[in-house]
Amino acid sequence: MAGLFIDVQVDASVAKDPALTKKLVEVCPVNIFAANDDGSVRIVEANLDECTLCDLCVRAAPPGTVRILKLYE
Amino acid sequence: MRFYEYESKALFRRHGMPLPKSGLAREAADARRIASEIGGPVVLKSQVLSGGRMKAGAVRFAETPDQAAAHYEAIVPIVVNGQRCRAVLVEEKKGIAQEYFAAITWDGRRKCPVLVFSDMGGIDVEEVAEKHPEHVSKTHFSSLFPITPRIAKEAIGATGVTGDALNRLTPIVFELMRVFLAYDLTLAEINPLARLEDGRFVVLDGHIDMEAEARGKHKPLLAELAIAPEETRQAREATPFEIRGAEINAQDHRGVAGNVVGFDGDLGLVIGAGGGSLTLFDAVRKHGGRPANYCEIGGNPSVNKAKELTKLILSKPGVRKIAVMMNVVSNTRVDIVARGVIKGCIEAGKKPSEVIAIFRIPGAWEGEGFKILRKYGVDYCDRSVSMYEAAGKAVAKMRA
Ligand code: SF4
Repeated sequence: MAGLFIDVQVDASVAKDPALTKKLVEVCPVNIFAANDDGSVRIVEANLDECTLCDLCVRAAPPGTVRILKLYE
Repeated sequence: MRFYEYESKALFRRHGMPLPKSGLAREAADARRIASEIGGPVVLKSQVLSGGRMKAGAVRFAETPDQAAAHYEAIVPIVVNGQRCRAVLVEEKKGIAQEYFAAITWDGRRKCPVLVFSDMGGIDVEEVAEKHPEHVSKTHFSSLFPITPRIAKEAIGATGVTGDALNRLTPIVFELMRVFLAYDLTLAEINPLARLEDGRFVVLDGHIDMEAEARGKHKPLLAELAIAPEETRQAREATPFEIRGAEINAQDHRGVAGNVVGFDGDLGLVIGAGGGSLTLFDAVRKHGGRPANYCEIGGNPSVNKAKELTKLILSKPGVRKIAVMMNVVSNTRVDIVARGVIKGCIEAGKKPSEVIAIFRIPGAWEGEGFKILRKYGVDYCDRSVSMYEAAGKAVAKMRA
């Protein structure tokens, strides 16, 4: 089941960057990002609703490239 | 968590307390063998986590090994206060000259342990205290400063025990104090502590209750006593509903969402904040509500944990609605709990607006939580509504 309350969008430029992927995996406290074998980023849908809205991922990537969407607003 | 008598005695044995010869029988042949090894009259005692064994016929005396085997068969099917027999303790029968009582528990008002000692046995100790107060002493001691045998001696002496008996009793009672403190117990009791006809003392029965929160700290001891982690050791056996609650809590280290106890009512409770959960439970009852369970939530559980717990409570037969209520909290995210509870309702195939009677969690991120609750049409309130009023609203919804 995808997030009922939260969705996370990552621009393709960031998603394909292994260095940024590593950063995103590291900063998220609830494991919403995971790395694919090729170093690109994958969203772990089962964890989406655990998002704490901490914005660490947003700050770890270039401005506007990672977006946290509150689906209840 | 309670210990069975044989476990309490195993702990006492570790501390050198005098005990009768005994063995644990799990089948009639064991009872026969143990009785023959003891080589004299024995007493067979059902191992249940409850009093009232004698009245129920679950304690019997045997003169021969064959009689012990026959008594074993008779004892095992007996259910004592809802408790089935786990095994039968076969113990040497002693000739008793006098019975004493020694127990240590926690005095919540004085905030320290209290040693209760009586030289008139422990049956109806409250009655003894009323009719013969001079035969019951109550002695408080510190759980922080070192303790000495003198405390035990004075407690025993206060009931009029002197001389040889006083000298022999003191190390036993002092050891009981040490056991109480060493294992974070809420009760350490020897009842009866018997003086034999030859003047020796022996621990005939014992009760131990350990603080549930201390289980982690005493893992080696519990492993040694073969107490499995899933054994809740409450006054009655845990139901599958309660076991599942504990599993949900254990699956994720974040926060608390468990400690579920089932009742017969129709209102599921997801409640929290220490004393607040007790207050809320009582408030529901006071308004005439019928709780289906007592379940604690708090300390920032994950969405998944709150979700699974909600599903569990909704799956309990007879539950029509749930009330999610806490005292004012600073460390639990309101929005996270709201997400979990709503998700749980949806996954259980229910409409959150219909099945959540009230949501009252004032605290961190409550603005965000209220947005979620509004979107799903859930009736919620903030701290301007007291816990008592919120419980009343939930009960009123059940009647509507
Ligand atoms: S906001 Fe925080 S919790 Fe949410 S995805 Fe980003 S890093 Fe993870």
